Amino acid sequence: MSARWEWLALLGRAARTQRGAVGLALAGSVVLLAIIGPFVAPHSPTLSVTGTFVPPAPGYPLGGDTIGRDVLSRVLAGGWLLLAVAAGATVLGVGAGVVVGISAAYLGRVSDGLLMRIVDVLLAFPPLVFALLLLSVLGSHVWLILIAVAVSHAPQVARVVRATALEVCERDFVRAAELLAMPKRRVMAGEVLPNLISVVMVELGLRFTYSILIIAGLSFLSFGIQPPAANWGLMINENRIGLAANPWGVVAPIILIAILTIGLNTFTDAIARTSLGVERPTEQFELAAAGIAAGATP
Amino acid sequence: MTHVHRSEEDQPPLSAPTAASAPAAPVAESAVVPGAQLLSVEGLRVVIAGSQADVVDEVSFGLDQGEVLGLVGESGSGKTTVALALMGHTRRGLAIGGGRVMFDGRDLLEPGAALRALRGARIAYVAQDPASALNPTLKVGTQLREVFRAHGTGRLGGASAEERIGELLSEVRLEQVQHALDVYPHQLSGGQQQRVMLAMAFACRPDLIILDEPTTGLDVTTQRHVLDTVRGLCRSYQVAAVYVSHDLAVVGELADRVGVMYAGRLVELGATGPVFRTPGHPYARGLLRAIPSPTRAHVLVGLEGHPPPPGRRPPGCFFAARCDFAIDACRTTAPAPVSLASGEHWARCRRAGEIIKLPPLAELPERDRVAEGGNEPLLRVEGLSAGYGERQVLSDISFTVGARRCLAIVGESGAGKTTIARCIVGLHSRWRGTIEFKGTQLEADRRRRGRDVISRIQYIFQNPYTSLNPRKTVGQIVEQPLRELFSLPRKERARRAEEALEDAALSGEYARRYPDQLSGGERQRVAIARALVVEPEVLICDEVTSALDVSVQAAIVELLHRLQRTRGVTLLLVTHNLALVRSLADDVLILRDGQIVEHGPSVFDQPKSEYAAQLLTDIPRLAPA
Amino acid sequence: MSVVTAAAGRGSYRFRRLARAHPVLCHVAVRVALGIVTLWLVSVVIFAATQVLPGNAAYAVLGRSVTPQRLHAVERLLNLNRPLVSQYGSWIGGVLHGNFGTSLANGESVSALIGSRIVNSAVLVVAAGVIGTLIAGVLGMLAAARRDSSFDHGASVIALGIAALPEFAVAIALVILFSVLVLHVLPAVSAIPAGTEPWQNINELILPVATLAIVIAPYIFRIVRGAMIEALESDYVEMAQLKGLSRRRVLLLHAFPNALPPVVQVIGLNLLYLAGGIVVVEYVFDYPGMGAALVDAVSNRDIPVIQFTVLVLTAFYVFVNITTDIISLLASPRRRVAG
Repeated sequence: MSARWEWLALLGRAARTQRGAVGLALAGSVVLLAIIGPFVAPHSPTLSVTGTFVPPAPGYPLGGDTIGRDVLSRVLAGGWLLLAVAAGATVLGVGAGVVVGISAAYLGRVSDGLLMRIVDVLLAFPPLVFALLLLSVLGSHVWLILIAVAVSHAPQVARVVRATALEVCERDFVRAAELLAMPKRRVMAGEVLPNLISVVMVELGLRFTYSILIIAGLSFLSFGIQPPAANWGLMINENRIGLAANPWGVVAPIILIAILTIGLNTFTDAIARTSLGVERPTEQFELAAAGIAAGATP
Repeated sequence: MTHVHRSEEDQPPLSAPTAASAPAAPVAESAVVPGAQLLSVEGLRVVIAGSQADVVDEVSFGLDQGEVLGLVGESGSGKTTVALALMGHTRRGLAIGGGRVMFDGRDLLEPGAALRALRGARIAYVAQDPASALNPTLKVGTQLREVFRAHGTGRLGGASAEERIGELLSEVRLEQVQHALDVYPHQLSGGQQQRVMLAMAFACRPDLIILDEPTTGLDVTTQRHVLDTVRGLCRSYQVAAVYVSHDLAVVGELADRVGVMYAGRLVELGATGPVFRTPGHPYARGLLRAIPSPTRAHVLVGLEGHPPPPGRRPPGCFFAARCDFAIDACRTTAPAPVSLASGEHWARCRRAGEIIKLPPLAELPERDRVAEGGNEPLLRVEGLSAGYGERQVLSDISFTVGARRCLAIVGESGAGKTTIARCIVGLHSRWRGTIEFKGTQLEADRRRRGRDVISRIQYIFQNPYTSLNPRKTVGQIVEQPLRELFSLPRKERARRAEEALEDAALSGEYARRYPDQLSGGERQRVAIARALVVEPEVLICDEVTSALDVSVQAAIVELLHRLQRTRGVTLLLVTHNLALVRSLADDVLILRDGQIVEHGPSVFDQPKSEYAAQLLTDIPRLAPA
Repeated sequence: MSVVTAAAGRGSYRFRRLARAHPVLCHVAVRVALGIVTLWLVSVVIFAATQVLPGNAAYAVLGRSVTPQRLHAVERLLNLNRPLVSQYGSWIGGVLHGNFGTSLANGESVSALIGSRIVNSAVLVVAAGVIGTLIAGVLGMLAAARRDSSFDHGASVIALGIAALPEFAVAIALVILFSVLVLHVLPAVSAIPAGTEPWQNINELILPVATLAIVIAPYIFRIVRGAMIEALESDYVEMAQLKGLSRRRVLLLHAFPNALPPVVQVIGLNLLYLAGGIVVVEYVFDYPGMGAALVDAVSNRDIPVIQFTVLVLTAFYVFVNITTDIISLLASPRRRVAG
């Protein structure tokens, strides 16, 4: 199947498996809730409308939060920005990682060494720490969060992509294209990249999950999306002290995040399992999910 | 004068015990009653686990003590599945579906059969790829000794494990390898690794050895050594063997009897001589006509199509779709084994009685050689030296290739033949010397070569499974050279691509398919079409048949020959298959360790060098018709 | 090895012969050298992030309370009025001498302030690493040996689920379960009294360590299972079975050693992951470690402390990386012994 539609067909195949369907349903329902949420919230998510940490009552099914805002409304409104930033960071990070990975694999020796050294340096920073480093000086701007998270994904993706791309580059059809004096850029884009589709799809799924976790984590630490806007991560933190009085302020966002990420992970697993062909994505998924690339360091 | 080439008149096999060591007389107590049949397979059936789709079925044969049975077939025939099932083992995803394997009075396929005690001790296995069958993290000695750990030394007639190991090493000719026991497998060569496998197999003096294509990937000389060792050991220990292979010539030299497998069925069984001389089954006959002979250059006849995979096998005879002799009854009901001639020769074909009377090779015409003379040298190589990094691979190679001739470059692996091909086409640029094409010097860096030159010299890769981009259609693949090297309107490109496909014997409708929908032979044809589409003058073929089945090879070989004749293409054939060389080549260049040993049109008829003569004798020979 | 040859260039024939003769030593030397280079580059990045980015760091530190005098004072304190390279030079010089500057928040020496916290965090990381690896490793091997059984499927599904959860979710779930709502047996806050060592306060340690162990367990489980399965499906294991060896010998002597290299690598990566994970976990449990210090420092814009903690965390990564690489090398004879 040609590259253009293969990725779509792959998603379709994955969605039809048992795992895929379950994962898609779980993740999809949370995404839907996050998108529609702000429009159907019964109260304003930012105004205090009830007592501090009041337990669930009619009109306030999830009770009140740390300053008396309606937990339900905040939960409904608190997801979309998180998802949007996570999606943006994922696409940016995976895109950069793919470019770096293929270039390192194909251009060989010197470029490979140089690129992988840069990758190694960036990999030394745990993702959360790197974001904190950047945010500490410039402040918690949404665009900065997006870039910081993207930059922390790119090296990991580059490693995984490079490993698979190396295997693809060994194959004779790449030699055959080179024999026609094709310029390097076109060989990489036209011959190598189309054979990395399932790797890239699995990475997109995995990194999206990580993006959500990191950004929620940043918000939890109060460095993410700033109050008073509703934000799941922030809610979990600010409502912690009232855990005994009204746990919903903490539990509801946690449940939503959990369903979303578990669903995503399951769906990504389904993609890995249904991928046919030469990329052996199930093994790659295992390794990538564990954070390493098969045949890692140069 | 036809007789199976046996080893009675050979020099003593390499494994003959030297004066220093005690003769390896079969002292060990064999539990088998002498004269009784050692192994009896009845209706063996292996299915895909969890389904009724059979991979192998109705396999029945017997084996006497000391007898060697060859099991031949192509990929997908089920021969390895049968071989493993003889030990009660199936690979993941398969399961025993029925039948019995009677060994020494016990059915090995019964649940609860004490297989572990038998495996390695009385029935041993030699795997196909020693590099992956030996554990990379354990030393060779450990892997040898653990056979004795598991089975004890009871069968050794009093010798200790260490003594026995010493004996084994000399029997397989490893005693000269320093510290053979203390090294890791990757430190040995392919041939040495295979000899370690043989040592492990013969260690406990088994009654039966199963060998699964043990010489695949070894070059002719090493293969000869391994075969002689196997034959010698089998003889001195009176060990029965089942030798699985796709190489009929190898089986022909070693086996007393031969069984031919096709699509999971045993389609013919008999003594080696009769089966290879006068086969009764059309498939066996077809195989024999597809194999190049090292002694006679005849036209090869391939078999179109491919065997039906498990789960999709038709009700009648599985071979009917590809069979020249098929009649209506063949397609509806499966044939039963038909007894032929004397004793034990039978074939699973209704018309076996007639077929047996048609010698397979008789009417195959000799290859008509391309006319010699008036051939200006198209390609001239002078003083070519090349290497990888520091390693020098070629030293001062000089030769010419005449127009419209076929030059075969042969040699062992590592001799440098692929390197020459890659230098000429521009895949390898670290070389010194001169390569001239029609008088113009070729640049080492292919990017500096003009489009014109590039289009005139084309390359066909060995592995058709990796030389086509799985994400492109056949049409896109074949058009690609046109797109890169010339600027032609789309319709013109499509037309030329279709022409090229037809030249490669594929209909135009293949253009819309993807490579993973094609068989190995079809893929290789696509690769050939891709090379043809720019109308080259030189076609460099790098081991283009090595990854293909025998019956498919023949078709590709004939295709190449036809191109040489009708299109006037000059062929440069890199290969290690010497019989193929005999069949196809006009000139032969023998390479050894990066240097030319011999070069000329009649190297195999009258070899001038010792090396060439040695190579000729090392080639395994099928029983000549 | 290709790095070596690439770096050595064409002329150093002797060096390459040496390299081939002693692959292990050579590899170790190269890895250590690369590690030092990486660490140096990391320090540059840290420095750049905190003191070079647009928006004068002094402004960032002072936030809203900017006045010209205060600005001047902070600039002098942070040496911001000197050229960048010299700023970096003095900073790195100080670092190499053990002087990490003074905290902007409370004026004390950074190393004195944070030094003890390193030990606290190390205890968490090591304890969680060991416990998580052992439990998950054993489960992974069992799952591989009983492939496709209900145990295997169940464990894999649970692993997939847990792997998707954020650490704070696991932490809070444990708090809900064991401290606040369901049971009340463990403290929700791990306040280690100053002056005592972490191992003297086991009760305080249980929840944070459990959180971290749970967080890394699924990854270890998956990789051990995956690597064992691959080893069990290999040709050499099939050969061992066909030689009639006992199942235990096949599993332990043939399969396991070949599964080791990827497992070691993943363990290393998870230790690194823990280094990031402690940030959130220490914050949740108010545990006096490096992670909590970093969070505080970021809130206070306490740049020297930020620099110090990040440097320690990344140095930890480089060290773990080198170690796992060497262990991986030693476990694989094909790379260890010249072929």
